[in-house]
Amino acid sequence: MTPHSCFSCSLPLPRSLSAAAVLLAGLAAAPVARSADAAAPAPASTAPASAQRAAANAFNPAISLILSGGYTQLQRDPASWRLAGFQTGGEIGPGSRGFGLGESELGLSASIDPRFFGSMTVALSDDEGAAVEEAYAQTTALPAGLTLKFGRFLSALGYQNELHAHAWAFVDAPLAHQAFLGGQRREDGPQLRWLAPTELFAELGAELGRGETHPGAARKKNGAGAWTLFGHLGGDIGASQSWRAGLSLLSARPQGRESSVLDAAGNEVTHAFTGHSRTWVLDGVWKWAPDGNAHSRWVSLQGEWMRRSERGTLVADRTGLASVAPYRATQSGAYLQGVWQFMPGWRAGLRGDWLRVGTVDAGANAALLESARHDPSRTSLLLDWVPSEFSRVRLQVAQDRVRAGVNDRQVMLQYQMSLGAHGAHSY
Amino acid sequence: MTMQRWTWRSAAGLLAALTLGLAPWAAARAELRVVACEPEWAALTTELAGALAQVYSATTAQQDPHQVQARPSLIAAVRRADLLVCTGAELEAGWLPLLQRQAGNPAIQPGRPGLFEAAAQVELLGVPARLDRADGDVHAAGNPHIQTDPRRIARVAAALARRLAELDPPHAADYERRHADFAQRWQAAITRWERSAAPLKGLPIVVQHQGFPYLEQWLGLRQVAALEPKPGLEPSSAHLQAVLATLQREPARLILRAAYNDGRGSMWLAERTRLPVVALPYTVGGSEAARDLFGLFDDTLARLLKAVQP
Ligand SMILES: [Zn+2]
Repeated sequence: MTPHSCFSCSLPLPRSLSAAAVLLAGLAAAPVARSADAAAPAPASTAPASAQRAAANAFNPAISLILSGGYTQLQRDPASWRLAGFQTGGEIGPGSRGFGLGESELGLSASIDPRFFGSMTVALSDDEGAAVEEAYAQTTALPAGLTLKFGRFLSALGYQNELHAHAWAFVDAPLAHQAFLGGQRREDGPQLRWLAPTELFAELGAELGRGETHPGAARKKNGAGAWTLFGHLGGDIGASQSWRAGLSLLSARPQGRESSVLDAAGNEVTHAFTGHSRTWVLDGVWKWAPDGNAHSRWVSLQGEWMRRSERGTLVADRTGLASVAPYRATQSGAYLQGVWQFMPGWRAGLRGDWLRVGTVDAGANAALLESARHDPSRTSLLLDWVPSEFSRVRLQVAQDRVRAGVNDRQVMLQYQMSLGAHGAHSY
Repeated sequence: MTMQRWTWRSAAGLLAALTLGLAPWAAARAELRVVACEPEWAALTTELAGALAQVYSATTAQQDPHQVQARPSLIAAVRRADLLVCTGAELEAGWLPLLQRQAGNPAIQPGRPGLFEAAAQVELLGVPARLDRADGDVHAAGNPHIQTDPRRIARVAAALARRLAELDPPHAADYERRHADFAQRWQAAITRWERSAAPLKGLPIVVQHQGFPYLEQWLGLRQVAALEPKPGLEPSSAHLQAVLATLQREPARLILRAAYNDGRGSMWLAERTRLPVVALPYTVGGSEAARDLFGLFDDTLARLLKAVQP
């Protein structure tokens, strides 16, 4: 096994403290907001509108609630849906048939004090009960374009992963996100971003985390289980177009990461992977609206490419044979999607998904693994009706070719209703 | 191991250099960097600061300020800003908080002098009696479109001049002088506009969006109907029929829309009622003539007066 330039995945704590100390010093030195008179209200005769309505509840966090659910029609039994040849995890697949309540999402956020902003999002569903999707604090007072976030957050690798599911253009995650990131990747730990003081948008960021979510696995060790580096560039082209492109690298050290797969005979078994997982993500977004006015019409193109290589050992059929052998795999995937708002409140979209099963070398375990020669793919069509900023109903029809030789026509009708605080729309 | 130590030492050193090194560099710049959320505030800042400020407008007159996205270029601009001049009153609720959180700039956070909200300086109209989204995308603080009333712009100018002086004390006297000059020219212009607008008093109008209450109040226009049934909602055909019925009972003289509004709703109504549609520049840059704040009101009045002349 070649050594990786993994300088933080087994980071000893004392050394990480020197970086933390610099950050803390910066935070403490940052100018503190002055008391209320700094935002000098106008003379009494002009009756400032906002200053006078301060009541006790004005300090309460902004509360938002997303209600979602719908109807799913799947031609094939979803129990047979699997990404053969990929060691997967997280919540993936087309979901269950018939009517269903999706995840309801409750969000609370507010400034904590002049130095921090805090936000929490809880996803409520029958399967998982209440799951903490995000719970983080973020600095607002660090100088020099630095922002430190800590707690649990959606990882900033790539483009779509950082967006909440209700802000996605399509109902479900791209196949690449399902195969390599367990659908959507959360991280527990710190994230530091630096934004360059340039006209061109240029940011660099790093995350250090527990690494418990896919492609990582539950951990019992000190130190960090995963780290992520990301960089983004972006800007405008005239008044009508804007873009952002990025490159990210995720490195994880899963120990005994379990995946439920089929063996050569078609029986469901559990494998466990221990080793090193590295994922590169290349992402790009381009948006157009006439004169930059997105009220009536706009077009958005978005795509991401991922490549994951894993090296380590695989315990095949963990609960049965428990056969241990070296495992290496290099696999990739991509999607490209376009969404067109052709009149106010109406959008149409098209998405293509491709996965490459790539090269899998399971050594002595090869006979115990499902032989996968099939490259999964999927084509999805979307019709989205957005009667107001707070409500949305979308119909998605997909031709899913994830299973070898099987076409699965999937129809999803989904509603999303947003109550409470006016959400801000991330790019 | 040595590799690891080197990497973390240099990372810490780099951070320290960025933290300590860039801050004084930023403070040594000669001019204030101002990001205005809307073109009217960019124009006002230029009137008050001249060459003392470098002004960037986050939106143009062709864009609906409700619907802007927190684009990378805007985050990069806010990153370098000493002052944000915005309308406030939730007009920018969909994008400004994201810019503030993603720009890594402590100067422009809520409560800091680097954030100036124009709507907080004046009395707002249209404060909803009840807060319920069944009434559409209502703004709890009141209607934020204050830039159509020059008297309110005068009040914002006074407060903004004070804020500029506070942020840039060495040039405090310059801001005061420039403001006194602007205030005098502006007051003279208001007197001129009000005199020429006499024929508009009591004029019944239809509006596309509830975006003109301040202009109506200033000039004494009478709003008979609105094409947008509720703020942020598209007009339905049933609602357009209701507007037609209202106009039969209470005839209007013209249909008002902002330059950035989609013109189709007002065209539909114009064909059926034979009323002229007046597209107002609404903000600086909204028409050829609206090159600055003075041009904005010259052109607004010229278009209104032309539409009512026989
Ligand atoms: Zn709004």
